[in-house]
Amino acid sequence: MKPKTLHDVRIEPVGDRCLLIRLGEQVDVEISRAVHAVTALLTADKPQGVIDVVPAFTTVAVHFQPAAFPKNAGLPSEQLARRLESLLAQDWPVLTTEGRVIEIPACYGGEFGPDLEDVARHCGLSVDETIRLHSGAPLTLYAFFFSPGNPFAGPLDPRLRIGRRNSPRTRVEAGSVAIANGLSSIYQDASPGGWNVIARTPWNLFDVRQAPPTRLRLGDQLKFRPISPDEFQDLLEARP
Amino acid sequence: MRTMLVDRPGMLSTLQDTGRLGHQQYGVSVNGPMDEWSHRAANALVGNPEDAAVLECTLNGPRLSFSEHTLIALCGAPMNVTADGQPVPYGRAVLLRRGVVLDIGARTAGARLYLAVRGGLAPEPVLGSRSTNLRAGFGGFHGRPLRKGDHVPLSLPRRGAPALPIERRMVQSGLPMLSGLPVDVSPPARPEGQLRVIPGPHWAAFTEAARKHFESQPYQVTPQSDRMGIRLKGPALMLEQAMELVSEATVFGTVQVPPDGQPIVLMADRQSAGGYPKIGYVASADLPLLAQAMPGDELRFEAVTQADAENAWRGFEERLQHLRQAAVRALES
Repeated sequence: MKPKTLHDVRIEPVGDRCLLIRLGEQVDVEISRAVHAVTALLTADKPQGVIDVVPAFTTVAVHFQPAAFPKNAGLPSEQLARRLESLLAQDWPVLTTEGRVIEIPACYGGEFGPDLEDVARHCGLSVDETIRLHSGAPLTLYAFFFSPGNPFAGPLDPRLRIGRRNSPRTRVEAGSVAIANGLSSIYQDASPGGWNVIARTPWNLFDVRQAPPTRLRLGDQLKFRPISPDEFQDLLEARP
Repeated sequence: MRTMLVDRPGMLSTLQDTGRLGHQQYGVSVNGPMDEWSHRAANALVGNPEDAAVLECTLNGPRLSFSEHTLIALCGAPMNVTADGQPVPYGRAVLLRRGVVLDIGARTAGARLYLAVRGGLAPEPVLGSRSTNLRAGFGGFHGRPLRKGDHVPLSLPRRGAPALPIERRMVQSGLPMLSGLPVDVSPPARPEGQLRVIPGPHWAAFTEAARKHFESQPYQVTPQSDRMGIRLKGPALMLEQAMELVSEATVFGTVQVPPDGQPIVLMADRQSAGGYPKIGYVASADLPLLAQAMPGDELRFEAVTQADAENAWRGFEERLQHLRQAAVRALES
């Protein structure tokens, strides 16, 4: 799969040891698919000198080791940009994990979702409607960042339109399911945070002993399943 | 098992190899050394591969001893270092007799010292690396800074590897420490406190005043700086108008500007992605300078081209190559 035309693809330097492949400007499912396809392409056949390939919402970062490029063929960034252009001219892989639906248990409201009522009020919805809209349709897992295994998924139903909290919390508990700016995330580690916390999952999402260390994968369809506080305790997993 | 015994840990002593690559796609930070030059130079002096794990000591260092004779090297910030009370020289291999107390005291300049041991510090790698991820608590030695009483494993010498000349001399000498030949470990010369910066993608979105300030005014390192980022204080860098940015990958040296206008340079423990406007990227060749900056130090930025920065890095690598060759000759004599 490809974006409409390759003219939409831009390659730009990020400092002197990384290039960014820009596949679009907006966070959406189509661009995310293109990002994951390019990531798969470059990971399967890592060009000479490339040391890491990092997908985000609209971009793929290609970190490289300048010393791996010959001195008489121009700047390392230019040599790699040419190589990437020719690689991107190939057919992009079709992703096999596309469509894997993962049902994630989540206990909404109360101490587990301290911002649920504020979100409902802000969006002009009832609490039940808010839960229904968040858990009703699967969200595509776009990217991991912020902390290990911390997923960002979307698009949220447009009726759940809300930005970040005005004052960030100094502590958001591990497992917190939070929303902001059309996305849903899960805090894998307890940390300060500015997103609206509406639920908490008992699942652990990251374990360094596993390969890959993340329970979820890029492109997964995340569907939240509302559970009771009792169920939460039953399903609670250790965080190694 | 060969071990390094920790008697006093120092303020923040962590194991770092060249960093944890291949897992940024899962949101895992790279980590690795703050001062890449000193890390690589220290490894070279003891004949290690580039990716061997080294101890990074911040502001001061630990008191240590080794269970066997151990070849070490010190690079980076000058600190008061003694072995059984005698000063230990920097910038060369030094062989310590087993049980000798290596005491790394207060700094006299810079911020971070690197202690390499021959073969490398060798706890089990996590996700392919021995770098410490302090925030997530894994890698390095149990995912944390050293503590009193730790026994940190060292890798075993290769079976059948011939003894180095300095090791043979140690057996005969009976001394607590033997020094190898000095090696020039100075990085390519740079004016003090001056950092080359490639203008970033949002350069033009900053006000003209902001761009002028950034290039002409000093920015002071604040005490809130850490391995994640060097936080600076100076004339505020404001945008012409607020921007909504989609988070994307960050690199070591990204100069990002949060809404308060005070720039932060992302360092070794940076997150894998971020969404603040980027006014520039510090040239990789100048990052070691920044890694040694202390709170209160003043830094100035000088805009350079992409080509200037990439060529500066080539100069950095070439000089390291010479250093490595000189270190091999020193170890063989």
